[in-house]
Amino acid sequence: MNHFILLIAVFYVLSAIAYILYLIHQKSYWNRSGFYLLIVGCLFHTVHIAYGTFMAGHLPVHGLRETLSMAAWTMAGLFILFQTRYPLKILGAFVSPLVAATLLIAVQLPMHTMEPPVSFNSIWLYFHIVTVFLGDAAFALACGLGIFYLVQEQAIKSKSHGFFYRRLPSLEFIDTTGYACIVVGFALLTLGLVTGFAYAKSVWGRFWGWDPKEIWSGIAWVLYAALLHGRISLGWRGKKAAIMAIIGFAVLLFTFFGVNFFLKGHHGEFTRW
Amino acid sequence: MADILLIGLNHTTAPVELRECIAFTPEDTTAALSLLKQHAAIDEVVIYSTCNRVEVLMVTGNISQAADTAKNMIAAIHQIPVEQFETFLYQWENDEAVRHVLRVTASLDSMIVGEPQILGQIKSAYKTATQEKASALILNRLLHRAFFVAKKIRSETGIGDRAVSISYAAVELSKKIFDALEKRKVLMIGAGEMAELAVEHLIRQNIGALYVANRTFERGVSLAERFKGQAIRFEEIPGLLEQVDIIIGSTGSPELVIHRDHVKTAMRARRNQPLFFIDIAVPRDIDPAVNRLTNVYVYDIDDLQNIINENLEDRKKEALKGERIVDEAVIRFREWQDNLNVTPTIVSLRRKIKAIVENEIDRTLPRLEHVPPLEQKAKQKMIDAIVNKIMHDPTRLLKQEGRHINKPAYLDLTRRLFKLDD
Repeated sequence: MNHFILLIAVFYVLSAIAYILYLIHQKSYWNRSGFYLLIVGCLFHTVHIAYGTFMAGHLPVHGLRETLSMAAWTMAGLFILFQTRYPLKILGAFVSPLVAATLLIAVQLPMHTMEPPVSFNSIWLYFHIVTVFLGDAAFALACGLGIFYLVQEQAIKSKSHGFFYRRLPSLEFIDTTGYACIVVGFALLTLGLVTGFAYAKSVWGRFWGWDPKEIWSGIAWVLYAALLHGRISLGWRGKKAAIMAIIGFAVLLFTFFGVNFFLKGHHGEFTRW
Repeated sequence: MADILLIGLNHTTAPVELRECIAFTPEDTTAALSLLKQHAAIDEVVIYSTCNRVEVLMVTGNISQAADTAKNMIAAIHQIPVEQFETFLYQWENDEAVRHVLRVTASLDSMIVGEPQILGQIKSAYKTATQEKASALILNRLLHRAFFVAKKIRSETGIGDRAVSISYAAVELSKKIFDALEKRKVLMIGAGEMAELAVEHLIRQNIGALYVANRTFERGVSLAERFKGQAIRFEEIPGLLEQVDIIIGSTGSPELVIHRDHVKTAMRARRNQPLFFIDIAVPRDIDPAVNRLTNVYVYDIDDLQNIINENLEDRKKEALKGERIVDEAVIRFREWQDNLNVTPTIVSLRRKIKAIVENEIDRTLPRLEHVPPLEQKAKQKMIDAIVNKIMHDPTRLLKQEGRHINKPAYLDLTRRLFKLDD
């Protein structure tokens, strides 16, 4: 299976290269190549993860190697779905390299053989993992769009129209799609937290255990909730929303890595290497 | 062999007074075409006249005679002595004339490189020439090539991509702020050619509503009528900022019309929906400090002019790619012209027929039973005989001399019938 994951990584890297060429040259065949390479990579990746699930009897999220691979897979999958709804091709130049880099880091890490606790095979846990990862992927897209927004807004505001000004779509379009990503991400994260609570209750007999990961996920949730509330009731759009989408994703990244590395808790197993 | 000749003048060689004087009306063109095509030295002719150029394109057997005839024609039609414009003329022959026509049609030679009107102007000039039966084989081919090359350059290079007028640059900017201009509301304050042009561009994008504010309400009403908008009073402007998305300022007012505080209040009411100010007025109508508010963008006339200057530079860079496409087309055209000679046509026709005969014999003979393998020599002899028999009459016809046959047309037809140019 190790060779297979390398093959997937090759597809992702080629897709990233094609998308970067598209960013530079704006030829639609580069965009198409990037997109199809990503789809092929993602299909193989699906097979890989399904095989891993079948062999282990549960979702392969043991150790940093597997969780990163899972993160890359959900990002690629979500972006492909996103493309069918919002044809924002240039976003591929952000997502595809991110997916490739994530999987390349994963490939570098040693395989982990951990005996999972008996409690690992639970329907709640499946839901918890899938929704949390998909939610994180949606927030990653939102973060990318936030960066695009700031770049484009800076170009228009400062009246210096350079490389990105021509390649990026209108501010309104970036803002709307970013908002859509936040809404999707927030819904998934909420589901992820709820299923997590249900799982915690079924295993440890309590919903909330003041675990650092739980606390930081809660912080991220509150932050995104505030962002959505601000947008709906106070009209926080444009620049403010873009900055918050970036901060929100930074908090998520810290929840994903930082908490596991610096703080102890029951999620530590999943990012050990 | 006929030569291609072009004489003319344009914005770089002749002052506007002279260009005005020499410009052809459609009636002038028709008269000039019928005059020139009667002349023995001129086989084909197309004349095009735009505000920046007048050019006579000819196919001739005698270059100097044709050039003189064309000059005299210009002098006669516009009643101006030849000496008065002769020094401003340029004259191109054959490949250089072909190159010039291709460059002009592709808008590489225009005052504003990449401007799209020229293609349509040349197309209509060509149409006039065909109606007058003044254009024939060579110019037909040349102009069709020119139209093709012009389209190719437009689609493969960015020659016409970026706005080069203030009003259009403003529309393009609006599209980078708002996703679609449909249903957006526009407020025009004041009036003026540039502002009205911008409004016309915006209306073409299906904007939702147009408001017109003017110091004198009556003038506002008549402007609003023209654009099917709604006239409002000057005092209503601050309140309207809550509703509109794009504001065009173009008053003659010496002081600011829209202040930062107006906009700040409006932004709260419109929940930070973006607002775009296009300030074409000098002195300015909109407080420059407005640009520092979040989700508000202000472009004044200098900003727009800077964008246009950059875009013009870009077009010139793109034009270099266009020149390369033109170079290729010139070479291709030269090849086509060379092939219109008798010998190459007969040679390639013979080659094609021979290939077909050989191919079919080689395919069929080995499959027949009871036929001894044909001796190589006998086979070759038979092939040559067939080819010679077929070639006999076409060769005689094509080699025939005489003024009454239109040889280039025969050659062209032969090449096309047998698809010899692939």
